[in-house]
Amino acid sequence: MREISFSEATLEAMAEEMERDERVFVMGEDIARQGGIFGQFKGLPQKFGTDRVRDTPISETAIVGAGVGAALAGMRPVVDMHFADFITVCMDEVVNQMAKIRYMFGGQCTVPVVLRAPDGIIRSAAAQHSQTLESWFLHVPGLKVVIPSNPADAKGLLKSAIRSDDPVLYFEHKALFPTKGPVPEGEHLVPIGKANIVRPGSDVTIVSYSMMLHRTVEAAAQLAERGIEAEIIDLRTISPIDFETINASLAKTHRLLIVHEAVKTGGVGAEIAARVAEENLDLLDAPIVRLGAPYVPIPFSPNLEKFVKITADDVTLAASKLCE
Amino acid sequence: MKHDAEFLRHLYRRMTSIRLFEEKIGELFLGGELPGFVHLYIGEEAIAVGVCANLTDQDYITSTHRGHGHCIAKGAQVRPMMAEIFGKATGYCKGKGGSMHIADFSVGMLGANGVVGGGYNLAVGAALAAQMRKTGQVAVCFFGDGASNRGTFHEGINMAAAWKLPVIFVNENNQWASTTPYRTTTAIEDIADRAKAYGIPGVVCDGNDVFSVIETAKAAVERARAGDGPTLIEAKTYRIKGHFVGDPEMYRTKAEVQKHLDENDPLKNFANKVIAAKLLKQADLDAIRDEVAREIEQAVGEARQAPYPDESELFADLYVEGVK
Repeated sequence: MREISFSEATLEAMAEEMERDERVFVMGEDIARQGGIFGQFKGLPQKFGTDRVRDTPISETAIVGAGVGAALAGMRPVVDMHFADFITVCMDEVVNQMAKIRYMFGGQCTVPVVLRAPDGIIRSAAAQHSQTLESWFLHVPGLKVVIPSNPADAKGLLKSAIRSDDPVLYFEHKALFPTKGPVPEGEHLVPIGKANIVRPGSDVTIVSYSMMLHRTVEAAAQLAERGIEAEIIDLRTISPIDFETINASLAKTHRLLIVHEAVKTGGVGAEIAARVAEENLDLLDAPIVRLGAPYVPIPFSPNLEKFVKITADDVTLAASKLCE
Repeated sequence: MKHDAEFLRHLYRRMTSIRLFEEKIGELFLGGELPGFVHLYIGEEAIAVGVCANLTDQDYITSTHRGHGHCIAKGAQVRPMMAEIFGKATGYCKGKGGSMHIADFSVGMLGANGVVGGGYNLAVGAALAAQMRKTGQVAVCFFGDGASNRGTFHEGINMAAAWKLPVIFVNENNQWASTTPYRTTTAIEDIADRAKAYGIPGVVCDGNDVFSVIETAKAAVERARAGDGPTLIEAKTYRIKGHFVGDPEMYRTKAEVQKHLDENDPLKNFANKVIAAKLLKQADLDAIRDEVAREIEQAVGEARQAPYPDESELFADLYVEGVK
C-alpha cells in the first residue's frame, strides 16, 4: 500500500468530500493563502476557490458561530481552529449552540459542522499552544469527538465526520502531521464510535489514542520481550467511547491500563476507569491504572516539558507492574 | 401612507397577536401554570413586525431570550408556541426548548437564544450560506442593547462586513440590560454609530412606530439582497415589562413606565395613524383583536390539555445517528 503523511491524508479527505458534495466548505485562519500551519489545506483553494476555502478574520467566536449558522441553513462547514487551545475562545458556540441546538429545538434541524482542532504537545509550544482538551467535550451531550492516530484513520475519520449530520470535533495531533503511513487508495471511511484493536494480546489491555497510541505500541514490543502480551486498543473516537470493544478485551486480559497525553485528572481515562469499575469490576484481576500528564500547564523549558510527556518506558513500567 | 388596507390589517394582526400572547403568558406565569421563566416583548412589537414585513419564509432570523415576538412576526403559529412554553409534547420543540429556545425552521425562524449575544454569528453563518448559494435570501439578527456589548457583536459584524454578507443587524434598544440602564454601561448615545467602525451603514429608527421600522428595514434588506452587505439598524424603544415576569423592578419607577406607555405604545401609535388617515376603522381593529384573542384562548386551552413529552423522548433528537 502507498504511504502518505497524516497531513496529506487529511488533504485527500477534504478534497474528496468537497468534490463529492458542493455544500462542504472550509474556513479558518491562514488556511487559504498559507495552506494551514501544518500544510493540511495546501492546494485546496487552487482546486476549489477561495469562496469554499476561506481565510477568516482572527475571530474564533465568529468563525465557529458562522459555521453553526451555515449548517442550520443547509451547508456542511468544516472549521479550522488553528490550535485546539483556541476552542476556549469560542466555548459558547461549541457548548451552548452547536451541541444543543438540535436537541433543544426538538430535532427540527441538523448541525453538520466539523471542527478541526490541532492539539497535543509539540516542541516547547508552551501552555497555550500544547494542550489536549478532548475530555472537555466528552462531558457535553450532543457532540461527537474523534481523534485519529495514523494517516489512514485521519483520512477515514475526517471523511466520516464531514458526512455526519451531527457536530463532530476532530482532534489531530500537531506532531503527527508529518508522519507517514499506509493509506488505501480511493474511498476510505472509518466509522465514528468504533475503536480499533491495533495489537492483539492476552495479558493486559492498553487503551490509548492519538500520539500516545504510538508510545503504547513501542511499549508492547518491550513488554513482549518480558513475556507480557499487551492488547492495544486505539480508541479513535472519544465520544461515544466504544465500551463494547474495551469490555470484550478485558474479558480476555482482566487488566486495564489507559494512556493519554492529556492531564490525568478528569481525563478520558477517568471516564473509562469509572465506567469499567461501575459496570464490569468482576472482569478485573487488578486495579485500573491510568497514565496521563501531571496536573500542570505545559511548561516552556524543554527540560521541564519532558516531565509532562509519557514515554514508552513509562507505559512499559506501568504495564509490567500491573501484570506482576 | 402608501400601504393598502390588507397589509395594514396584517401588521395590526401580528402586533396584536404578540401583545395578547405576551399578556396571556404573563398571566399564566403569575398563576403558576408555566415552568421556567419568561421574558416578555410587550412594547417592542413594532420592531419585529416591521422588520419581518420585508422578509419571506425563505429568509432567516435569529432571536434572543425575549423571542416570542420575533417568532410571531416571522410567521410562527401561536398554538405550538404556547404548547412549548407549557413544556408539552405538542410544542414546537416537543417541550425540550421552552420559552427561550423556540424555533420554527419552516418559516426561517432559526431559534431564540438563551445566551445574550448568541445569535449574531448564527445569522452571519446563515447569510454566508445564502451568499455562497446565491439564493438571494437574507438573514436578520435581532439583539438588545445589552447584547451590543458582547464580543460576538464585534466579531460577527466585522466578518459580515468584510465578506459583504446579506445580513441585517437589528438592535432593539429598549434601554435596559436586565436591571441595568443603557446609559450606565455604554458611553455612546446611539449604538448605530458603531457601524462606522465596520464600514457599513448604521441607521436609527423609531422602534415604536412600525412604519418607521418598515422603511428602514426595507432599505437594509434591499441593500443586502443586492449584494452590498450588512446594515446596522438601531430601533429605539422601551421595555414596558420587567426583565422577566415576576421581576420586582426596583430599578425604575412606575411613573417612568407609564409615561412611555402613554406616549409610545406602538399599538396605539398604529391605531391613531391608520384611523386618522382613514385607512382602517376602529371596528376593523377591534375585529382583529377579538379574532386574535380567541386564537390565543384556544391555544391556551389546547396547551393545557396536551400531554407532556414521554420519557422515551428524553434521548430523541440528541444525535441524528443514534448513540446512547
